[in-house]
Amino acid sequence: MDEFSRLSLHVPEPAVRPGDQPDFSNVKIPKAGSVPRPEVDVEPEAIRDLAYSIIRVLNREGEAVGPWAGLLSDDELLTGLRHMMLLRAFDARMLMAQRQGKTSFYMQHLGEEAVSCAFRRALRKGDMNFPTYRQAGLLIADDYPMVEMMNQIFSNELDPCHGRQLPVMYTSKEHGFFTISGNLATQYVQAVGWAMASAIKNDTRIAAGWIGDGSTAESDFHSALVFASTYKAPVILNIVNNQWAISTFQGIARGGSGTFAARGLGFGIPALRVDGNDYLAVYAVARWAAERARRNLGPTLIEYVTYRVGAHSTSDDPSAYRPKTESEAWPLGDPVLRLKKHLILRGAWSDERHAQTEAEIMDQVIQAQKEAESHGTLHAGGRPSVRDIFEGVYAEMPPHIRRQRQKAGY
Amino acid sequence: MARMTMIEAVRSAMDVSMGRDEDVVVFGEDVGYFGGVFRCTQGLQAKYGKTRCFDAPISESGIVGTAIGMAAYGLKPCVEIQFADYMYPAYDQLTQEAARIRYRSNGDFTCPIVVRMPTGGGIFGGQTHSQSPEALFTHVCGLKVIVPSNPYDAKGLLISAIEDPDPVMFLEPKRLYNGPFDGHHERPVTPWSKHELGDVPEGHYSIPIGKAEIRRKGSAVTVIAYGTMVHVALAAVEETGIDAEVIDLRSLLPLDLETIVRSVTKTGRCVVVHEATLTSGFGGELVALVQEHCFYHLEAPVVRVTGWDTPYPHAQEWDYFPGPARVGRALTEAMEG
Repeated sequence: MDEFSRLSLHVPEPAVRPGDQPDFSNVKIPKAGSVPRPEVDVEPEAIRDLAYSIIRVLNREGEAVGPWAGLLSDDELLTGLRHMMLLRAFDARMLMAQRQGKTSFYMQHLGEEAVSCAFRRALRKGDMNFPTYRQAGLLIADDYPMVEMMNQIFSNELDPCHGRQLPVMYTSKEHGFFTISGNLATQYVQAVGWAMASAIKNDTRIAAGWIGDGSTAESDFHSALVFASTYKAPVILNIVNNQWAISTFQGIARGGSGTFAARGLGFGIPALRVDGNDYLAVYAVARWAAERARRNLGPTLIEYVTYRVGAHSTSDDPSAYRPKTESEAWPLGDPVLRLKKHLILRGAWSDERHAQTEAEIMDQVIQAQKEAESHGTLHAGGRPSVRDIFEGVYAEMPPHIRRQRQKAGY
Repeated sequence: MARMTMIEAVRSAMDVSMGRDEDVVVFGEDVGYFGGVFRCTQGLQAKYGKTRCFDAPISESGIVGTAIGMAAYGLKPCVEIQFADYMYPAYDQLTQEAARIRYRSNGDFTCPIVVRMPTGGGIFGGQTHSQSPEALFTHVCGLKVIVPSNPYDAKGLLISAIEDPDPVMFLEPKRLYNGPFDGHHERPVTPWSKHELGDVPEGHYSIPIGKAEIRRKGSAVTVIAYGTMVHVALAAVEETGIDAEVIDLRSLLPLDLETIVRSVTKTGRCVVVHEATLTSGFGGELVALVQEHCFYHLEAPVVRVTGWDTPYPHAQEWDYFPGPARVGRALTEAMEG
């Protein structure tokens, strides 16, 4: 008799499915303030633990504690809170606009606002992000005009992309936001290339690449790590682990590795995990990584542990694959409420001011929406010219496209 | 003026470009210290330093992806894919990214990159070192596609490609690297030093992208070819004695339709020759264009001569390769049709 039995395939499954009790017992959360803050020139080998722990600043009481705390003033934190509230209000209105048929599609940030809003504040003017579709906070926190974002979403006559891009696929060189691709992970290695170019030109600017937990399975993720590690590119490689890649739980892309951050270790890249719902922790870690890059110490990999409260997009129904109450059970809380609590504890904020600000922000967003809608929505009002289909494929229009444009009557 | 092989001409184009513009950087597998497996980049690292000419990890997607990022920054990367057969891992970056960045961002970002790759068969490379993937690129709006057939064109076109504000695929027929080739593998190769197109200016000059060249004037039939097949076509014309006009496309996208139409309108007959496989090859596009624009002038069906619809075999390379005998039969068929 053979000593081996027949083989069977292991297919990972999340702990719970719709109808079950939410269960995050697998997310090991260390105490806030318990993870050390190394010097920026630390050897990656010396901080391997940081790829398996979670850096947190805000504790359950709303206090900022530990070695990563103390970097932001009241005013800066209030600005951060406002950015997150603005993004949340923007999302709510745009989600509704999609439901009203004013655009074809929308992707919201609910629960993940701290990641991009705090990160942007750690960069300088001139630095470049290569984002995914869930980092609009990079624009909001850089004061990019909200009306422009809406014009893009509505594909109207003032859409900066002239109606060529899906909603939320913004672009702004001026605001350090590379044009978004729908093809996953491609931007990650491009970020490394941009950073390499900055180093080749002895510039002072740095780049940041963004990817979701699911897309780390793409080969470009690994290409980016190889190039970043090889050339010590001044780049911050961000992984937003929001637990879900549409309906696929993060365990599928993660495979046998302990964490997504741990993937950086094999490349000799310092890798840190951070509480993605803690504005202070995100800012502190981003600033640490930015300083490393700017001091020519090379790349840093950061995994943001967060939770996608909303649907993947307006075409998605999360109740079909996860318990409805799972987001409420998420152990790292709500980034807006946590910062609000912290600011109240600092004496810089109150429930009344929060409610008042919330109303003001909603008014601001509604005003912006009115202005954007006056320039058209996807199916009504002003729209880009049909001529725009043919422009901009090349710097100079070649004869075959000119013939086609003329055939179309333009 | 110097006598140059196509390898030397390609190298000279990069050298001249790097000397004129410090934003031009060259990288790829083995291109730095060693100078590339075909030596196209030999000496560039020593001359311009290792941050402007360097070796890359074996990651084609990484090479093209980082080049795109560098271009977004403001550099002009000219990268080498070691063989055209290896470009497939970079296909996503080329077709979904490089080709579309200008369009999708409405010019906010652009992608002035050049992707060089040795292409085609005839060196006993077998199925993984002989492919001609040009049709995969010509189908992609936003890319430009060039296939030179001689050292003079290779240098002038590569300089244009590096100076071009859009992404350019530069396919170098490796059978022509050291000399022209007439499809007769048993004959010794004529070196470029004995060919008029091996006379290459040492300094800067450029050849416009999108312009074909008539290599032989004729009145009986038009042969449309590019790369190695230009030389095979010329040999076939000579051997059959048919007074054919031979067009060297040089640039497949954008395409010089005007030259094609003028010639076929004059001759009334057309043979299209390429080394890539038949089905959905670039020849299909050429035949469709000739049909659309010259239908009432045609006196016979357009004939295609191409590689077979199989992978490129190793031992039977010369039975796969469209040699002068096959092109000659096609010429006769077009004349009799």
